[in-house]
Amino acid sequence: MKKIQVLGTGCPKCKTLMANAEAAVEAAGIEATIEKVDQIADIMKLGVMITPALAVDGEVKSVGKVLSADEIKKFLA
Amino acid sequence: MDWKSEWKKWVWIVAAFLACFYLPVGNARFDHALLEAAHLVKWYAREHVLLCLIPAFFIAGAIGVFVSQTAVLKYLGPKANKWVAYGVASVSGSILAVCSCTILPLFTGIYRMGAGLGPACAFLYSGPAINVLAMIMTARILGPELGLARAIGAVVFSGVVGYAMQLLFRREEVAKIAASIRMPDDQDGRPLWQTALYFASMVLILVFANFGKPQSSEGVWAALYRLKWVLTSVCAAGLGVMLVAWIKMRMWKVGLVAAVTALTALATGGNPLAAFTVGALGLAWLTATDKGEGGSWFESSWTFAKQILPLLLIGVVVAGFLLGRVGQEGAIPSEWVARAVGGNSLRANFLASFAGAFMYFATLTEVPIIQGLMGAGMGKGPALALLLAGPALSLPSMLVINSVLGLKKTATFVSLVVMLATVTGYVFGRGC
Repeated sequence: MKKIQVLGTGCPKCKTLMANAEAAVEAAGIEATIEKVDQIADIMKLGVMITPALAVDGEVKSVGKVLSADEIKKFLA
Repeated sequence: MDWKSEWKKWVWIVAAFLACFYLPVGNARFDHALLEAAHLVKWYAREHVLLCLIPAFFIAGAIGVFVSQTAVLKYLGPKANKWVAYGVASVSGSILAVCSCTILPLFTGIYRMGAGLGPACAFLYSGPAINVLAMIMTARILGPELGLARAIGAVVFSGVVGYAMQLLFRREEVAKIAASIRMPDDQDGRPLWQTALYFASMVLILVFANFGKPQSSEGVWAALYRLKWVLTSVCAAGLGVMLVAWIKMRMWKVGLVAAVTALTALATGGNPLAAFTVGALGLAWLTATDKGEGGSWFESSWTFAKQILPLLLIGVVVAGFLLGRVGQEGAIPSEWVARAVGGNSLRANFLASFAGAFMYFATLTEVPIIQGLMGAGMGKGPALALLLAGPALSLPSMLVINSVLGLKKTATFVSLVVMLATVTGYVFGRGC
């Protein structure tokens, strides 16, 4: 079971990333939880300064970019 | 019937009914204000959209894609040299993205993980205040003088405000967060001179296409004015070559767009607006159909356009309705404006900066609003004060800053900005 975190304070880009992450999980057909991290203090704890960012199992995979569903799928393999 | 949930709707319906019932149609001032709003919208659409806003969107989009954010952050990290950090923080607002949801995490990061309170505050001010789109619109609509004063003022301000914050709170140490900063991957392999030339060509297109007619018919400016469309075309051709050579666009596509643009110019007997529009549409087609960097460029520009255009339209309509065009009166009598912020008294400057600090300006809407205010009698000094304090601060952003910095520091930051804006406006107003 993977844990995906989408980091962002709620701007349109973060929402797009959230949707892409959902699509990626569906396409990969795996079990995963997707969590939205929108408190600045929590985002900082992961060491992220540029949102949107994506973390898988607590490890930050991408910063400041809206990944496509295909790109996210690679991190889930 | 469940009145607990229905009463709100009832209030809305009654309020709407009363508004319609007492709609002041036929009242000369109201009718005139409506007309003014329509006139102002038309003027913006004719004068500012094609030649100014569209190239500005492309430039803002290109900054988001082609300028590496990592390079900026390197100078704001924990080990950064303090002076370099201030310098970079003051100008970085123009390079990094312009929405507040991007600024706030960066600000918190610089404060808690990086260079500390001073540079973080400098960055917090410069982020929304120094954005390329806003500078271009200010210079175009309110005049180059105010545009330049705004640009210089904003850069100097952010440094001064940041340093003052650092001095005032030098005793307080913040517990730094130990997490290592995660930087975005730096995949930007283009040498600096290529990026610089590429941006120069776009900025020059914007400058030459909007080149104003100088007052005298002789001298360098007049000569440049006569050649403005030739120079614009040369820059556009240069941009085309760079698109093929560096951004790796297909040569036949770029060539096709150039040919159609040139043909349009010939067919319309040298009508620059038609050729410019065709060229801009061509660039949109080139970038939108590109799979690599060009595609991201289009996406980023398109995001800006989608975000800003509706806000700007609403801003222009509201400003036109309330304040009217230059020399005309809207719904608010000019005397009121002149009494509050006319001339260049300290009081007028303070009122302008104070109102600006709390008011929320959606991106770029400060420009038509200030244009309206100036038409109604606002002095140049208070106009600059409003421009300097306005976009950088608003009530919603203060609340978020408050949650990061605490009440004392937030209050100090806001008062510093208001005070500095008042003084700068006053000095600027005396100088001209």
